[in-house]
Amino acid sequence: MPRSTPLGRSVRAGICAAALLSLSVPAAFAQQVPIKLGFMTVRSGALAAGGKQMEEGMDYCLAERGGKLGGRPVELITVDTAGQPATTKTRAQELVERAKVDVIIGPLAAFEALAIDDYIRQVGVPTISPSAAAEDLTQRKQNPWFIRAVGTSAQANHALGEYAAKDMKLKRVATIGDDFAFGHETTGGFQRAFEENGGKVVQKLWPPLNVADYGSYISQLRTDVDAIYASFAGGNGLRFLQQYSEYGAPVKVIAQMTTVDEGILKSMGKEAVGVISSGFYTATQDAPGNKEFAAGIRAKFGYDPGYYTAGAYVACAFLDEAVKAVNGKVEDKQALMKALRAVKLDRGPYGEVTLDEYGNPVLAVTIRKVEQKDGRLQNVVLKTYPKVSQFWVYDPKAFLANPVYSRDFPASKNIGN
Amino acid sequence: MTFWVSQSLNSLALGGLLFMLASGFSLIFGLMRVANLAHGALFMLGAYLGLAAVKAGLGFWAAALTSALLVGLLGGVMERTLLRRLAGRTLPQVLLTLGIAFIIADACLMLWGGDPMRLPAPPELSGAVRIGDAVFPRYRVFVIVASAAIALALWLLMERTRAGAMIRAAVDDVGMAQAIGISSSTLFTAVFCLGTALAGLGGVIGGPILSVYPSLDQDMLPLALLVVILGGAGSLAGAFVGAYAIGFIYTFGQVLVPDLAYVILFLPMVAVLSVAPQGLFGRRLG
Repeated sequence: MPRSTPLGRSVRAGICAAALLSLSVPAAFAQQVPIKLGFMTVRSGALAAGGKQMEEGMDYCLAERGGKLGGRPVELITVDTAGQPATTKTRAQELVERAKVDVIIGPLAAFEALAIDDYIRQVGVPTISPSAAAEDLTQRKQNPWFIRAVGTSAQANHALGEYAAKDMKLKRVATIGDDFAFGHETTGGFQRAFEENGGKVVQKLWPPLNVADYGSYISQLRTDVDAIYASFAGGNGLRFLQQYSEYGAPVKVIAQMTTVDEGILKSMGKEAVGVISSGFYTATQDAPGNKEFAAGIRAKFGYDPGYYTAGAYVACAFLDEAVKAVNGKVEDKQALMKALRAVKLDRGPYGEVTLDEYGNPVLAVTIRKVEQKDGRLQNVVLKTYPKVSQFWVYDPKAFLANPVYSRDFPASKNIGN
Repeated sequence: MTFWVSQSLNSLALGGLLFMLASGFSLIFGLMRVANLAHGALFMLGAYLGLAAVKAGLGFWAAALTSALLVGLLGGVMERTLLRRLAGRTLPQVLLTLGIAFIIADACLMLWGGDPMRLPAPPELSGAVRIGDAVFPRYRVFVIVASAAIALALWLLMERTRAGAMIRAAVDDVGMAQAIGISSSTLFTAVFCLGTALAGLGGVIGGPILSVYPSLDQDMLPLALLVVILGGAGSLAGAFVGAYAIGFIYTFGQVLVPDLAYVILFLPMVAVLSVAPQGLFGRRLG
């Protein structure tokens, strides 16, 4: 067994030197040592569009703050997870073990967040999710090192369920949504609130996530209903709405946030006009600070901000507040995490926002409608529900005693009616 | 009744789309024994080029033609400069085409960004027609007709022309074909151009239904492989029957037994392979 290689010796000498040096550094200098911020985005593959918007939201937040968060400069270490959970895990390890980051913002998709969930618990690095919406991340399986800067899957859909039944006076709705957890959870939230307010979900279709053609599903969609509820992510909303309009669009469409998110709305045509949806962020919403944000993003990048842009920006703004609260001492991870959980913003894309005790935002949810305005498609706000939590009007304990929303929960009693 | 009519039309449209996707792949495989894993990427490239051409002010039809020509040209270059060096070595060829697929996919992402985009159908084909009580998009009627026309044209080419006879001869026995004076070099390039041009054309024609987005290639390639495996590699009739069979099985399968939506595509393949490992119309390839 080699006892000590020359390399090993020189490394140790280096560490000693560094330790000596750090002893002699005055305390004030610590404020100038950059915060190491690990940022997990997606630059390749199917999710790259969302990743780009996330990077722009982050870039805008840092530029607005002069490259500093809570008074300390930021060293941004960006990694590309390619949207692959296995790669996400490796990149997280790189960030924590090689780059020694103080905090992580990312990753993009819920299945990526789940892939690093255990690892984050083990190493105890504060993590702010800028977009992963899976309910249980801040519910039944909450992680002490994890908070979220976006709503849960169902958060805005509870509101849409109530709005559809009470304000739109819809009685019968058929749903169609991507066959994965996000589709199930969004539809589940909508169904629960809609049926509790007197509506009936009479048909539920689940096309596979990468189905090439919605034709056969659209032919199955019932036409004797008041509306179709559509829950699609990524480019699927674009494809579904386009194909639905080709088939004559016999029934009006209401939708979950990402189906007509600003990030995809810019690629859509007249088939999207009139779609009513709900969201925890809308580019046109009248929240304190959003006008500046939306105009700023539009001036800098040439599009209206949506889900990913706002999510990454708010994640960064949360961190800014928390770093201020701990006077820049991000190295104390327990204290930073505590500050993150207590974070409160008065202004910004969401306007006023706080976190609940599970680390999930309580924020305003808007009902909006796609309209052609100023030469482009925009979501125009119809109604605002203030201070909506992930538990909607339910008691958190009772809510959490139920299983997470799925294909089977809530039970569908009105199918075929 | 309406149910059967509208879902049959859906099946035919999906089958037609699959035939346009798989025919080029099958053609190339039959003659050259190259499993061109870049086929899905070339399909996607075709869609992006078509979209770029439409945005540049070309009409849909001119864009489709331009895109097919450009992708065919690229295919020819691929064959001449890269694949030819690996003639007869299956595994290196497969890896090479896979590498090319990655390069094309990344280049598309760089050039056109990650946002999904819609390729609008030509205005004369937008809207829907009524067939009995069934409502069916006009553009899909066109897809059904166009794929049948392409199938017919390919059949005529293979069975009724001198070039087709040469291809068939080379498919049966390259050595013998060369011995009677057929230039296999020219033939290979020509067929590769034709096969990839079909992928490019398929991309543009599929665009208004599928839309154009970064992982389109990964969604399409397995479907092409499925059709070819079911129908039998290298057989035009096989690709034709395979494409429509999958169109029908998939459409009706997921409507009638929605819980099997994920495996329904693969069940017929497993069934066919267990009785006829060469596929429905395949021959044992030497």
